[in-house]
Amino acid sequence: MEKINFDQLQEELYHEKLSNGLNVYILPKKGFNKTFATFTTKYGSIDNHFVPFGQEEYKKVPDGIAHFLEHKLFEKEDGDVFQQFSKQGASANAFTSFTRTAYLFSSTSDVEKNLETLVDFVQDPYFSEKTVEKEKGIIGQEITMYDDNPDWRLYFGLIQNLYQNHPVKIDIAGTIESISHITKDLLYECYNTFYHPSNMLLFIVGPVDPNKFMDQVRENQSKKDYKEMPEIQRKFEDEPLQTAEQKQVLEMNVQTSKCLIGMKALHVDQSGAELLKNELTMNVLLDLLFGKSSENYNQLYTEGLIDETFSYDYTQEQGFGFAMIGGDTENPDKLTEQLKNMLFHAKNATSFSEEQLERAKKKKIGSFLRAVNSPEYIANQFTRYAFNDMNLFDVVPTLEKITLDDVKKLASEVISEERFSVCQVIPKK
Amino acid sequence: MDSTAEKITAMQGYKLHVIETDKYKTNTFVWKMKAPLTKEDVTKRALLPQVLQSSSAKYPTTTALRSYLDELYGATLFIDLAKKGEYHIISLTLEIANEKFLSDPTPLLKKGFELLSEVLTKPNVSGDRFDQDTVNKEKRTLKQRIQSVYDDKMRYSNVRLLQEMCKGEPYALQVNGEAEDVEAITPENLYDYYKMAFLEDEMDLYVIGDVKEEEVKSLAKDLLNFEDRTPKKLDPLDVQKKEKVNEIKEEQDVKQGKLNIGYRTNVVYGDSDYFALQLFNGIFGGFSHSKLFINVREKASLAYYVSSRLESHKGLMMVMSGIDLKNFDQAVGIIRDQLEAMRKGDFSEQELVQTKAVIRNQILETIDTSRGLTEILYHNVVAGKDIKLEQWITDMEKTTKEEIVAVAAKIELDTIYFLTGSEAVK
Repeated sequence: MEKINFDQLQEELYHEKLSNGLNVYILPKKGFNKTFATFTTKYGSIDNHFVPFGQEEYKKVPDGIAHFLEHKLFEKEDGDVFQQFSKQGASANAFTSFTRTAYLFSSTSDVEKNLETLVDFVQDPYFSEKTVEKEKGIIGQEITMYDDNPDWRLYFGLIQNLYQNHPVKIDIAGTIESISHITKDLLYECYNTFYHPSNMLLFIVGPVDPNKFMDQVRENQSKKDYKEMPEIQRKFEDEPLQTAEQKQVLEMNVQTSKCLIGMKALHVDQSGAELLKNELTMNVLLDLLFGKSSENYNQLYTEGLIDETFSYDYTQEQGFGFAMIGGDTENPDKLTEQLKNMLFHAKNATSFSEEQLERAKKKKIGSFLRAVNSPEYIANQFTRYAFNDMNLFDVVPTLEKITLDDVKKLASEVISEERFSVCQVIPKK
Repeated sequence: MDSTAEKITAMQGYKLHVIETDKYKTNTFVWKMKAPLTKEDVTKRALLPQVLQSSSAKYPTTTALRSYLDELYGATLFIDLAKKGEYHIISLTLEIANEKFLSDPTPLLKKGFELLSEVLTKPNVSGDRFDQDTVNKEKRTLKQRIQSVYDDKMRYSNVRLLQEMCKGEPYALQVNGEAEDVEAITPENLYDYYKMAFLEDEMDLYVIGDVKEEEVKSLAKDLLNFEDRTPKKLDPLDVQKKEKVNEIKEEQDVKQGKLNIGYRTNVVYGDSDYFALQLFNGIFGGFSHSKLFINVREKASLAYYVSSRLESHKGLMMVMSGIDLKNFDQAVGIIRDQLEAMRKGDFSEQELVQTKAVIRNQILETIDTSRGLTEILYHNVVAGKDIKLEQWITDMEKTTKEEIVAVAAKIELDTIYFLTGSEAVK
């Protein structure tokens, strides 16, 4: 077990890669009641085309299967794992993203037992035709719930505008039609391919003794017989630089319009330090352009084009990435035009001062400190960073090194007409 | 649990609550103002904190104020509104980094305190009124915020349930005020309201972090002083019992129906059977091991979400679920059966033990965050009680099955609200 110190943050992180390939991280947090643990596989909604474990040919699986699998893993022959966790005073949950499926619990007592339950239930699937069918009704309601949610439709509408081929454009839960093709055998195929310990990461954060917990996990894993796993072969079609659509307008049962503009990322083959720097520079750029202290924000707010729902975000993962900016608005077309002007103005003439950059960096550093108050943030983000060969605790030192030239260079490079798109939700006539 | 040791001091016009803990990398200030919920004031009270957080005398534009917050290592300043019982509560939160985790050693606690004081006591005013442009901008934002409830069907149907169920009671008012009352607010009458609120509201300041009580007290003494006051206390509202269950179906263009059911619990925070009610709610619908989740979701596959929650000061319980339009009768039937089972004591020792463990865990987890801790401690201010957290947990754990059955008998179904699609009604 190695120990990594982060002096400025006054944190210690313990790490060990077990013999079956599982990466285990433990971050002791004194003073907290709660222990939070996530057990995550590098397998999300985009992994829909791959060579199943033990087979030779590429196979395409139904949309929404990673998420479906997440639901079904909670069910065992003798009932459901939620019951087990709640008997042990824990609260358990799970989520599926584009690139990850995470199982988690938090508890303030019986932490050893809960950790054992977490690791064991994820490593012991039980799928039957009957329970798979039953789940289709529940997930069907989850899908309909999202269908009625204008913010979700706006977000996915924009991703579908941006991407032509990449499976990021597929809704994480799939559709009622696509999940109807899911069978127990398909679930086992996905499970056997992606839930090998060497594709997973366990993160524990809370008032714990790292030695004791590492021993426990080592012991638990040593009892399970995992064969060595060849590298997972995933297939992604080539994705052009251009967007699929320039604009999409959705009519929905709403009173207020919504508008979200997006920019498709470049350099989506990045990982590690390079990705970290690119992502943070992009975040700083967006802060400078659209943060609450920016001239642009003030102008849009004063003109009545945005309100408190206005936000922006940048995501970049292996193979895809996008910046998104927008919110509720009284005039979606005018907001689109203004946001676009502001972006393209920044491409050609970034007039940011050193002072503004310093302030934006300070803001980011402070918000990082606030974020690491949260065990959930640490575990989830650390995992995401690790799957991209980055280290969460490099955020502050990397931020400190960003220069005005870095920001200018990125702005001139990434902002481009062919990668720009907009999605709007407007009231149904 | 000594980390929750709350030190309360009466200051000039408000109470100061200090919680010293070294578990955070930031320090948090939460300023709370409480007044009776009234149709006359609710919209002004929603607008007021928005105006306060957007600019001040020293930072007369949003850009200036927000730049200064960025300068303070991205200190956050935000507002929140809540209804607790028949009270309307404004919260203004400022969270600022603790410099001991920064390479720059400039002390930030005092700067944070000064900014809080600036925002609360030195607003952007000319003469006897707030800055006109600020008020206009924020009125527009408030209108949009009120209107946006319609677009979030889960929230919308909850608001509609309460409007129907609590018709004629203050609690039917929306937390963000009423759209039709925004227009009449002027920079003058809002400024008058500001003066009155700071003169009459019950006010509390929570400071949580790696701070010293003495230092916080002395800063508070220097920076925040108001007139002494006797806060208005409301007598419990005498609600006329409905003769029969109120059933409302509303038609809209939605794919999923939203079922919201309201009950009167006839129990509030501070009552001797409040903990029994909490356990009731936990066994009935609060968690993923509860009867509603097991029967509506896991067994009948009718819903993705189904749960119940309590409003502790008003004495309400609300069930919410998203279901297929055609499944209304079946879902309502299953929910009714679960309540019936609770009344008959048809729940196992295991369900009880499980629920106690989960509630205990929930409380301990909540107090791990500064905001959660503030909310838990603030219950005592709202109810005018002094229940320590330790006592809360022990009393909850001592509760017996008989007490839960007794509390179940007090719970009355009041209103069933269903937001349904146009297809289902035709």
